[in-house]
Formats: sequence, structure tokens, C-alpha cells
Amino acid sequence: MNKNKITQTSCANTLPILIIGIGNTYRGDDAVGLVIAQHLKKQVPDYVSVIEESGNGVAFMESWKDADTVILIDAVHSGTKPGTIHRFNASAHPLPSKFFRYSTHTFGVAEIIELARTLNQLPSHLIVYGIEGKRFEAGIGISPEVNKAVQEVVNRLRQDIHSFLKIS
Amino acid sequence: MKNDKVNTKTIKVDYLARVEGEGALYVKIKGNTVTDVKFKIFEPPRFFEAFLRGRSFCEAPDITARICGICPVAYQMSSSHAMEDAFGIRVDGQLRALRRLLYCGEWIESHALHVYLLHAPDFFGYDDAIQMAKDYPDIVQRGLQLKKTGNEVVILIGGREIHPINVRVGGFYKALTKQELNSLTEKLKRARDIALEAVSWTAKFDYPDFEQDYEFVALRHPDEYPFNEGKLISNKGLDIFVHEYDNHFIEEQVAYTNALHSKLKERGAYFVGPLARFNLNFDRLSPLAKEAAHSAGLSPVCRNPFKSIIVRSVEMVYACDEALRIIGQYEKPEIPAIPFQPTAGTGYGCTEAPRGILYHRYRVDDNGRILDAKIVPPTSQNQKTIENDLWQFIPKYLDLPSEELKYDCEKAIRNYDPCISCATHFLKFNIDRE
Repeated sequence: MNKNKITQTSCANTLPILIIGIGNTYRGDDAVGLVIAQHLKKQVPDYVSVIEESGNGVAFMESWKDADTVILIDAVHSGTKPGTIHRFNASAHPLPSKFFRYSTHTFGVAEIIELARTLNQLPSHLIVYGIEGKRFEAGIGISPEVNKAVQEVVNRLRQDIHSFLKIS
Repeated sequence: MKNDKVNTKTIKVDYLARVEGEGALYVKIKGNTVTDVKFKIFEPPRFFEAFLRGRSFCEAPDITARICGICPVAYQMSSSHAMEDAFGIRVDGQLRALRRLLYCGEWIESHALHVYLLHAPDFFGYDDAIQMAKDYPDIVQRGLQLKKTGNEVVILIGGREIHPINVRVGGFYKALTKQELNSLTEKLKRARDIALEAVSWTAKFDYPDFEQDYEFVALRHPDEYPFNEGKLISNKGLDIFVHEYDNHFIEEQVAYTNALHSKLKERGAYFVGPLARFNLNFDRLSPLAKEAAHSAGLSPVCRNPFKSIIVRSVEMVYACDEALRIIGQYEKPEIPAIPFQPTAGTGYGCTEAPRGILYHRYRVDDNGRILDAKIVPPTSQNQKTIENDLWQFIPKYLDLPSEELKYDCEKAIRNYDPCISCATHFLKFNIDRE
């Protein structure tokens, strides 16, 4: 994980876009955010940083402190069909909390975004992708339905990156 | 609505917020009498003790650190101490000091999380820290800053924030230079100021009039506030060496919970954690921490578990103070770890995790292969006391509407900062009224 490089570089504010893949490798489909981050790292230009986070949400706030545009990717558990891709503009609206309640992080994605919003610490643009998981039990490997969504999310993220660059 | 007019009532919530892990509380009330209280932990059994068997001694600190994302240092310290005990080695001098410094970082980050983000909202009637941040943004910011400083200590010495990678049996993989530690000094001084503000802030909270005759259990060291080592003592006569733990404490399987209940063979339930440490080791606090406690109107013995938030704040002052003392006196050790040969034997280790004593025992063979492991985390030791509190607490508030009663029960549980992940995540809550 090139977290140090990214943190240093983003602190220097030379990387306009920060992508954070969130998850736990050892809890089934909860790993999907990390898997997408790993795919993306090989494909993004240098001015986009990609990090993986497994810890609590307080760490996200730290990592996006100097970023203008942030995209979060996490598994969700909302009752839709496994592999369904949800996309939220979190800078405009609160996340539907039921989507991210399954999180085992100390502060989940929805909670930390709302805390950051209250404290005026949200980046200017914040997009959240939620991929509907099927199983979150202990064990390595994501289910086939969720795996299918991985490439689709990677493609959509590449489009996001292009459109954000146009804005900036 | 009077309770005696209610025949049967069941209240359910999805989970108890602001505790770590998955569990449930079941309360049964018949008329004006509490007839059943069950604090259930249904997090699936995690079998750590079983899958340590057959592993090398050197894997114990890293494997057991995975039990908890909030107090991994405690697991690394207790397992390292136990292995060192088995091999007859002692980590001393600056290496020991560096271990205490790492522990200071964990106490600061864990206590800051609980005091500001998990516990304080209870005293203002907020659902969570997000709601509280709307009215008290500066206070929440201070909490986050304090937590960040604790994390930075753990990152610097441990190598990363959540499950540090620099700890090993015999010391560390890499010893830091004084210059590296000096980078923490100004941040720790600022953190100490924030912690002092936390003491005076929490001292003004409105505390319920609730005191119990607890048996407090903590480590006691001849001249230090305890992190690493000491004898195990209580306010009711316990005074033993750590290797005698199994003679005095017993774990019981209870049908409704996946975590074992721990009790003292002689007397039953006991209380570990900040309040126990404070009551049994007040004289070992730094002068500044003592002064802060006194100015908050707090002196031993404090028997009100709701005041544990003040005690945690005092311990944050101490941890910052102790960290600064260690850094001031630090010199880089010549070697990062003491060389040793594993030998067959049994080793015992007990250190003070943020939530209380964490006991490890290992039996290893001549090659240092683990034959048997026993781990008793603080939360399973406090389970009986948490239930006992609820038995005493609920009758005083029976006239409250069920939703308010539920909230008050949750508050009573959160006093203990229970870590259900450690003890074996989501808490379901039921009240039956007949």
C-alpha cells in the first residue's frame, strides 16, 4: 500500500482527486472497496491518489483534509440485489444511513461524513459508491455477483475522474 | 403510564450504539420488580486461543493484536510479557520505557474516543457525537485532535495505527532515535492541555446518584501508575502475583452469552478499568494528574461508575504526562530487542488495557511452539458487574417510559466502555414488562 506517498503528496496538494477504498479483506464482500482500489491503482494517472482504509472513519477525515475531490467506495447492505451499484453525491445530501449500517468500523462511513459535514470539514466534492454485498461473514473472497460489479465501478470511476478534471 | 397497569411490554432496538461489538440486553419487569437482566454477547466465538495452538511464540503478539482494533497494543504487551515470563527474560531500561510510551499512545486514543465521541453525548441527551458536534463543534474537534495525537504515538513507535507491527517478544523490531521521539513533544504538550480541559469539562456534568460496593481489581506497581506490570490487588483483600491469577479467578460459561463470565472464586463479580486503577493507584499518578482530579472534586474511592468519564480524562492527562517524561529521559537503546532462546514452560502476562486488566497465559515447548493459550479480556471480566449495576439501577427508574429507561440502561452499560469484539458487534435490546 502506497499510503505514505499518497498522504505526503496530497498534503502538498498536488493531487486533486483522492479515492478511498474501504473494507475488510477477511469479511467476505466487505473487501470490495479494497479490491476496486487495487484495480484502480494500476489505471489512474499520477495526479489521482488511491488509498485503502480498513480502520475507523476518523482516519478518512484526516486523509481527505487537503483534498478537493474525494470518492469513497464501500460495501453496503441495504437489501437490494447483490452486486447493485449505488452512487451518492454526499456533498449535497446525507447518505441514507441504512445502507452503511453494516459497517463494523468504529465510526461508519455515513456517520463520519455527517460528523465532517457538521464540523465543516467535507471536501468540495464527495462521491460515495456503495456496492451491495451478499455475504459479510468471516472469510476471504468476494461473491461472484459482487465481483461482476467491480469492473463496472472501475469504469464509472474513470469517467468520474475525467469529469472532475474538466470541472477543475 | 404506570408500570403496574402494563401487562406485557416488549421493546426492541436494532443495536446498542456507541459500544464496540455485537451484543444485546434483555430486561424483564413484572409489575414493579425486575425479574431478569441478561447482558448478552452474541458476537460469534472467535477461537483465538484455539488457533494459537501450534503457532510459534513469536506470532502471538501479532495474532492476538488482531482481536481488537481499539486496543491492539494491550494484546501485544500482555502476550509479549507472558512469553518473556516463560523464557525467563526481562525487558528493562529504555526498551521498557518505549513500551510504556506506546501504551500511552493507546490510552490517549482509546480514552479520547470514548470520552468525547461515545460517552459525552449521554450527559447531554444527544443520540450521538454528530448531534453533539452541532452544538459543541469545538469540543468534538478537541477530542478528535487528542485522539489523533494518541494515534501518532502508536504510528511512530508501533509502525502503524491499528495493528502495530513493530512489537516483538524481547522488545521491538526497530528502536527509535531520540530525535524521532522529540517530534511528538509539542503535540503531547497540546494534548495534555486538551486533556486538562476534558477533566474540568466532564467534572461539570450532572451525575446520577448511583454508588455500589464494588470490588475493584487492578495492577499495582511499587512506584508507577500501572501499564505493564505489578501485583494484582483489590480493595477487598486480593494481593497476588500475576502467575497466581488462575488460582483466584475463574471463567464460567453462561448459556445466553458467547463471552465467558469471569469472576473471583472467593467473592464473584469484580470491576476492572480506569475507575479501578484510579481507586487503587491514585498515589502513583503524576502530580499534575492528581491536581486535576482534586480540582474536579474527584478523590479515591470513587464508587460512581458514571464518573468513569472524569477518571478517563484524568488518565489522559497522566498518559500525556508520562509520555513526555519518557521522551525527556529517552536514549536510544543499543539493541532493539533482548536476545534469548525459547525454552519449554508456562508464562503469565497481565497489563492494563484502556478498559482494564488483560491476562494472557501460554504454555510453550522447547522450540517455543504454543501448546496452550488463555486470554481473559477486560470486558468479560466486567460483564457480571455490568449486569449487577443494571439490577440495582433499573428499580430506581421503573416509572420512566420504556424508551427513556432503555436509554438509561444503555448509559449504564457505556460507563464500562465495553469492547464486545474483545470479549468474543450490534446490540439488540429487549424489555419485557408483565
